[in-house]
Amino acid sequence: MTEVKAKVIKSNTVILHTASLFLLPLQLLFSMFLLLRGHDEPGGGFIAGLVAAGAFVLYLFAHGVDSTRKILRVEPHDLIGAGLLFGVISALPAIFFGQALLTAQWWSFYLVGTEVKLSTVLLFDLGVYLVVMGSILTIVMSLNEAEE
Amino acid sequence: MLFAVLSGFIVAALAPWLMGFLKDRIGWGLALLPAGLTLYFASFIPAVSGGEVVLQHWAWMPILDVHLSFMLDGLSLMFALLISFIGTFILIYAGAYLKGHEYLGRFYVIMLSFMASMLGLVLSNNLISLFVFWELTSVTSYLLIGFNHRDLDARKCALQGLFVTVAGGLALMAGLVMLGLVSGSFQISEVLVADGLLESPLITGIIICVLLGTFTKSAQFPFHFWLPNAMAAPTPVSAYLHSATMVKAGIYLMARLNPALGEHMLWTVLLCSAGGITMLLGVYLAYSATGVKKVLAYSTVMALGTLTMLIGIGTDYAMIAFASFLLGHSLYKGALFMIAGALDHETGTKDLTRMGGLRKAMPITATAALIAGLSLAGLPPLFGFIGKELMLEAVLSAEWQSSLLLVAAVLTASLGIAVAAAVAIKPFWGKVGDTPKKPHEAPVGMWLGPVVLAATSLLFGILPFLPEGWVVAAAVTSVKGQSVDFYLSLWHGINLPLILSGASLVAGAVLYALWGRTRAPLTMVNDVFSRVGPEVGYFRFMSAMTGFAAWQTRVLQNGVMGIYMIVLIMTTVVLAGYTLLSQYGLHLTLTGIGEVHFYEWAIALLMVMAAVYVIFTRSRLGAVATIGALGFSVALIFILFSAPDLGITQVLIETLTVILLVLVLFRLPGFSHYSSRFEIWRDGTVAVLFGGLMTLLMLGALDTRYFETISGFFVEASYPEAQGRNIVNVILVDFRALDTLGEIFVLAIAAMGVYSMLRLRAEVKDDRG
Repeated sequence: MTEVKAKVIKSNTVILHTASLFLLPLQLLFSMFLLLRGHDEPGGGFIAGLVAAGAFVLYLFAHGVDSTRKILRVEPHDLIGAGLLFGVISALPAIFFGQALLTAQWWSFYLVGTEVKLSTVLLFDLGVYLVVMGSILTIVMSLNEAEE
Repeated sequence: MLFAVLSGFIVAALAPWLMGFLKDRIGWGLALLPAGLTLYFASFIPAVSGGEVVLQHWAWMPILDVHLSFMLDGLSLMFALLISFIGTFILIYAGAYLKGHEYLGRFYVIMLSFMASMLGLVLSNNLISLFVFWELTSVTSYLLIGFNHRDLDARKCALQGLFVTVAGGLALMAGLVMLGLVSGSFQISEVLVADGLLESPLITGIIICVLLGTFTKSAQFPFHFWLPNAMAAPTPVSAYLHSATMVKAGIYLMARLNPALGEHMLWTVLLCSAGGITMLLGVYLAYSATGVKKVLAYSTVMALGTLTMLIGIGTDYAMIAFASFLLGHSLYKGALFMIAGALDHETGTKDLTRMGGLRKAMPITATAALIAGLSLAGLPPLFGFIGKELMLEAVLSAEWQSSLLLVAAVLTASLGIAVAAAVAIKPFWGKVGDTPKKPHEAPVGMWLGPVVLAATSLLFGILPFLPEGWVVAAAVTSVKGQSVDFYLSLWHGINLPLILSGASLVAGAVLYALWGRTRAPLTMVNDVFSRVGPEVGYFRFMSAMTGFAAWQTRVLQNGVMGIYMIVLIMTTVVLAGYTLLSQYGLHLTLTGIGEVHFYEWAIALLMVMAAVYVIFTRSRLGAVATIGALGFSVALIFILFSAPDLGITQVLIETLTVILLVLVLFRLPGFSHYSSRFEIWRDGTVAVLFGGLMTLLMLGALDTRYFETISGFFVEASYPEAQGRNIVNVILVDFRALDTLGEIFVLAIAAMGVYSMLRLRAEVKDDRG
């Protein structure tokens, strides 16, 4: 039955098929780039999550649901759960410093001459990233798998 | 004390893992916790009996005056000791009773959570945290009654218990909030000494709301019907929640608030009448029932009624009687329930009429049953005797309807003796009954609890100064609000209560002798009354509610997407439009129109053209693509006005929307005119109205500047305070992170909604084909 379903969307163009193989890692790299620089330059978890979801959707159009699921390795709805968990966890450290929930905590240090800034904000953004990506992929994949 | 309360929750979370290590000894292992808690609370006895009140405080939500603060006085200490002491034996007992049950781990999780909630309830010094613990006990009770969740009856009874107690809980919350507002503090220790509480115009409402909560929880008439049904739970649950602890939560709260509200006439009248009726009804139903657990459940209803009545009477004697009766009842009723479970476990039936002569097969259980039964009957030298004598004394001292209450009390005492004999003597003496299983002695875990509790009843009866000095005197002080001079003893000389006791003993013996012959007529009478009782009202109410829900779903949730959208949009148009026109009026000032660049005009024109094309095109794909063009134009505008983040987001969203729509388009039937002329005009009107409203809103927003915009603050504070230069992102993940957290949850819920909707459909189809 999955065979039939997959055919509905799966494209047969060789160009898209080949291009998506190269585009996927590039797009994912770009999404990480957007995620990490988001606090200072245009970008951020939400946008990065959309880009990452877009990357997988493109791959899905070229190769079908089953192979997308294979390279994703986890169920998309597990990404949602992980993202929400990160979001909630990032809210907690502030409590231990006696501050209001979600108050940002920063740790910066120098690694090979570059300043690395870690923060609960980054963790929170990562949560947003995962939820956005997971939600879109959940919806797209379910729609794709839904029967005619 | 915070840790004492929380330890229950922590161990509850660990219970499933402990199952793996301890296997069949899990009950003994977990019982260490309540045993430790018993010692911990016992260490407070010297201080509390010396008149000290231990207060501990952890601020939770100081702005709302909600705290995790605890108060340990005589009343709390007595309850805490009972909860942890009886809890110890219940956990051991459950290990034996449910040995090998597949969900034993789950059982202990809920049981321990319940224990912790109950401790929190009786120790709370804050009305709101008390309420939170109160509701937690309702929820855990629901889970425990429905523990055998494959049994339809158990599920129904669990729901009934939940609905009745939670409905009361809602009223209670209203009552507690009013009480806190009137007395100016939510701390119970301050409420109890607040001035002018009884003169407040809200006092009637407070009393009625609080009592709705306590009456439902403690199964007072007319809400008593849920308690016997709760016997669907496994017996350790019935023994613990539905006789010794949870159902006494209502009693606890009434006793706790008695110093503040006890002087009010409404309080006295409601408590005495409901308590008296419940007491008499309970004992009558106990006498007429034949299932051993039902008999005990109804006799618990009787005891709860008695306790309520005693609080209502409110004299010194009543308070002493209250504390003693409460202690006595928890001891013997816990024991009897555990014995009932052992009987059920060993004989395979719950029916008293089929049991008899078991004392040879189960000598230890029989001895414990005899002692506990004597205490239930209120015979010397058991502690139950002291409780009953004091109860009669208290009724004689009542200031409201003393003679009426006395008649009820004596009738109750007589029937109570017959009930005690039916539970404690009938199964063990007389001729050997015909039981499904060949009976033999219960395992040690199952008789240990009853034996210890029965022995405690005996010890306290013979040496009444022990409980008096430990907790009873201090408990009386907290319920009365001032200290009372008294001493407990078995022998008070020949007085009226003793004579009444003697008379009721004779009457009880006669009633017990008639027990076998009265079954048939009593069943008939009960059948008639069950057709008009309060439980019928409950069922009527529930079916009316589901009927109403079905009706409003048919009307409002009719499944037509277009109607939903029209309702949503028109509501917005009417409310926002009315507010806009009435508050602001119609101003069409187009200032600054000359500064618009020609390329901005071009984009605007493109958007209008796209919108018009979407309406008139006959190609779905064309419509989708055009909507995409519209979205990209909006993105262009964002970028022109230097908002790159918004621009990028818009582009990505547009792309994904088009992808989603394309996925859906595959499944739609061919294009055709489905809408009638009327529908087209209606939808068009709604759309134009909404567009017009948005235009007016935008123009209005540009025209009025009541406040400084907040964006200046964000620009300035972004880097120094949040270490970020991208203001949009800083707002999203730092300044307004809570909003974002909420939004990602909404997004997740939406995704799960789509997922389950599609999955469910696919599964239904799979089932069919």
